[in-house]
Amino acid sequence: MSEAALKHLSETQTKDIDENIAWAKINRDVLRSMENPRRGYWIAMAISVALFSVMIYAEVYQYIYGMGPALLNTSHMWDLYISTFVFWIGMSHSGTLLSAILHLVHADWRKPIYRFAEAMTTFSLMTAGIFPVIHLGRVWNFYWVMPYMTDRGIWPNFRSPLIWDAFAITTYLTSSVLFLYIGMIPDLAICRDNTTGWRKKLYTWLSLGWHGDDRQWRNFRITYLMIACFLIPLAVSVHSIVSMDFAMAIMPGWHVTTFPPYFVAGALYSGCAAIITLFILLRYFFKFEEYMTFPILDKVCKLTFVIAMVWSYLNLVEFASVWYGHDIPSKEVLLAKAYGPYAPFFWGMIAFGMFLPFALLSKWVRRNMKLLFVVSVLLNVGMWLERWMIVTPTLSMSYHPWGWNIMWPGWVEWAMVGGSFGWFGMLFLIFVKVFPCVSMYEVKEMVFHRKRTIYEDVDEMMVLHKGAPTAVEAGSTKNGGS
Amino acid sequence: MSSLFGNILKGWTDYTKGIEEGGHHEYEHMWGMVIDLDKCTGCNACSVACYAENNIATVGEEKYVARQSMQWLRVERYFDEPDIDPGAIDDENAMQERGASFLPMMCQQCNAATCEPVCPVAATYHTPDGLNAQIYNRCIGSRYCANNCPYRLRVFNFYSYTDENGAWPEPMKQQLNPDISVREKGVMEKCTFCIQRINAAKDKAKMENRQVTEGEVKTACQQTCPTQAIMFGDLLNPESKVTQAWVRQQIKLGKYKQDRENPTLRGYRIFEELNTDPSVLYLERVREE
Repeated sequence: MSEAALKHLSETQTKDIDENIAWAKINRDVLRSMENPRRGYWIAMAISVALFSVMIYAEVYQYIYGMGPALLNTSHMWDLYISTFVFWIGMSHSGTLLSAILHLVHADWRKPIYRFAEAMTTFSLMTAGIFPVIHLGRVWNFYWVMPYMTDRGIWPNFRSPLIWDAFAITTYLTSSVLFLYIGMIPDLAICRDNTTGWRKKLYTWLSLGWHGDDRQWRNFRITYLMIACFLIPLAVSVHSIVSMDFAMAIMPGWHVTTFPPYFVAGALYSGCAAIITLFILLRYFFKFEEYMTFPILDKVCKLTFVIAMVWSYLNLVEFASVWYGHDIPSKEVLLAKAYGPYAPFFWGMIAFGMFLPFALLSKWVRRNMKLLFVVSVLLNVGMWLERWMIVTPTLSMSYHPWGWNIMWPGWVEWAMVGGSFGWFGMLFLIFVKVFPCVSMYEVKEMVFHRKRTIYEDVDEMMVLHKGAPTAVEAGSTKNGGS
Repeated sequence: MSSLFGNILKGWTDYTKGIEEGGHHEYEHMWGMVIDLDKCTGCNACSVACYAENNIATVGEEKYVARQSMQWLRVERYFDEPDIDPGAIDDENAMQERGASFLPMMCQQCNAATCEPVCPVAATYHTPDGLNAQIYNRCIGSRYCANNCPYRLRVFNFYSYTDENGAWPEPMKQQLNPDISVREKGVMEKCTFCIQRINAAKDKAKMENRQVTEGEVKTACQQTCPTQAIMFGDLLNPESKVTQAWVRQQIKLGKYKQDRENPTLRGYRIFEELNTDPSVLYLERVREE
């Protein structure tokens, strides 16, 4: 789309979606996005694979030589491994917010964008899950944290927050994979009906014989709703449990009661910022201007802003409670964050996390795609810094003066951090070419609902339904209605 | 089922009793230490003895500076006159007149150890001897324990030191202590109060059908200290020197705040207010005014 057309679109696009889009066009547009990749795709893929290869190299190196080359030391035992882990867990929360919470409150503008957000949830969890494993000194024994039966009767320590982490993450990952997959079944059926070759085989197998009759739709709705309801408390509990890695410790700056809500808010925040980033990328590369519209982008931006303000508030609450609680070590850690060696990163976090979101209030920024892309990336940089500023300053200045020291992460740690983005990018790039990253059937629903005012009383609705396409067609058909 | 509830109820009784009577009830022994800082000259002999006794790897200058050392017992230096410019450390006149104060720090064997509940695989636990033990074979190296230790007294094998270029090249292997394992990379370790010596003494006492007597167990640091600043013994034995010192200093286990009649007493436990309930009692250094 040309520059002028884009400008025109930004002025004229006032509805979440144009309700006159033909259903066949929706199918066509989304299926087109899954066709053979172009050059830009391969470049992005090459970068991701390269980053991931560096991570594999670093992990092999670490496996052979131990944790030393990461420059961890007696005071700094975790550093970037755990802060990046928390970052990726945080990224995973927005998908659930968009698909589960907004599904329950009937915010239908989520429909064109929730699929890729949910994929992001799954893949960032898969990325996050790597970190607690690779940070282990004896990584080959990682399965010891799982409570499996042994004839020696040895169990893990159920009091440890790391065990809760293991449970929480595996549960969340399983349920979000299920949620992503089940929500995709009607779309996979559409793909099945429109492809040939290996894709046809794959989609036939994955769509579980979906042909879109009433019974299937009914079961599908109930299952989807149930998993959505199951997922919401999980999303809250997962990040609360991750925050307990810190809150359950006695270290100053970690032992904070407000950490669970603070972490959940931070998680939703960074997740929403990442949704904006991917929104812009997908919209641009896949030409999804008609589905990922400006009004929807506005809504996501406003949501991000609100969550950013909640996060900022909780941040200030934490500072205030440390300050007025007058626990000297905690206070010194807080002061060291603001004035100490890590101060640039701390103020970077404040600037990007607390002040930059105000840019989202400007309509000019929200219409300027390049600028908004940079803003959304910077918001996530701020959130990554936040996690680092939780982990490292506390370790550099704990109770005992002997333990006070400053460290800069070694190349192994940076390789792991960079590689995690490569791994995530790789998974996401594969996803967008193999699975529809816009939910076809739900966009059709959205168009349908908006065309016919479904919220009127039932009699009127029945009248309106006459002549409307049936559910069978909505789910799986080559040449949809209209 | 009954045993399950039985365990829970027993756990609760133990817990309340621990609050009332100070943590060490129903232990076989309660090993404790007293370190007189007034006697400590900062010679570091204890630290060297600890290295020799416990097969601790020497890491070399570079890794020591990177704070990846394996010291189980370190003698920390503190200076009373904070206005001295640290840059002028080579200038003899700038050094403070009375020299540094020394603080030998080894694992405090906390009775409410913060490292224990956080270990995901229960590699660190409390023995019926009142010791905070570390099972090397079970450790997966998550390092949460070290992060949660307010004393920073847990050390981690950041590298492997067992090969030919490691801490013990060939003839040196002959001097490793056979009573204690050599740890591989990725494992957390810390002071054990020389548990191999404790166990040897207990075994001997059991063979001879008697109790472990006072002074039978000596830790390597205690044995080596030229000024005898370190005392070690069983706090459950009312006759032992450490018990007497603890009573004299009016320090009780299981408390995070001591109600002492005499505030001028020298005894204190480090970070007692964090309620870690450490088993090492320090006697403050007395300076002339």
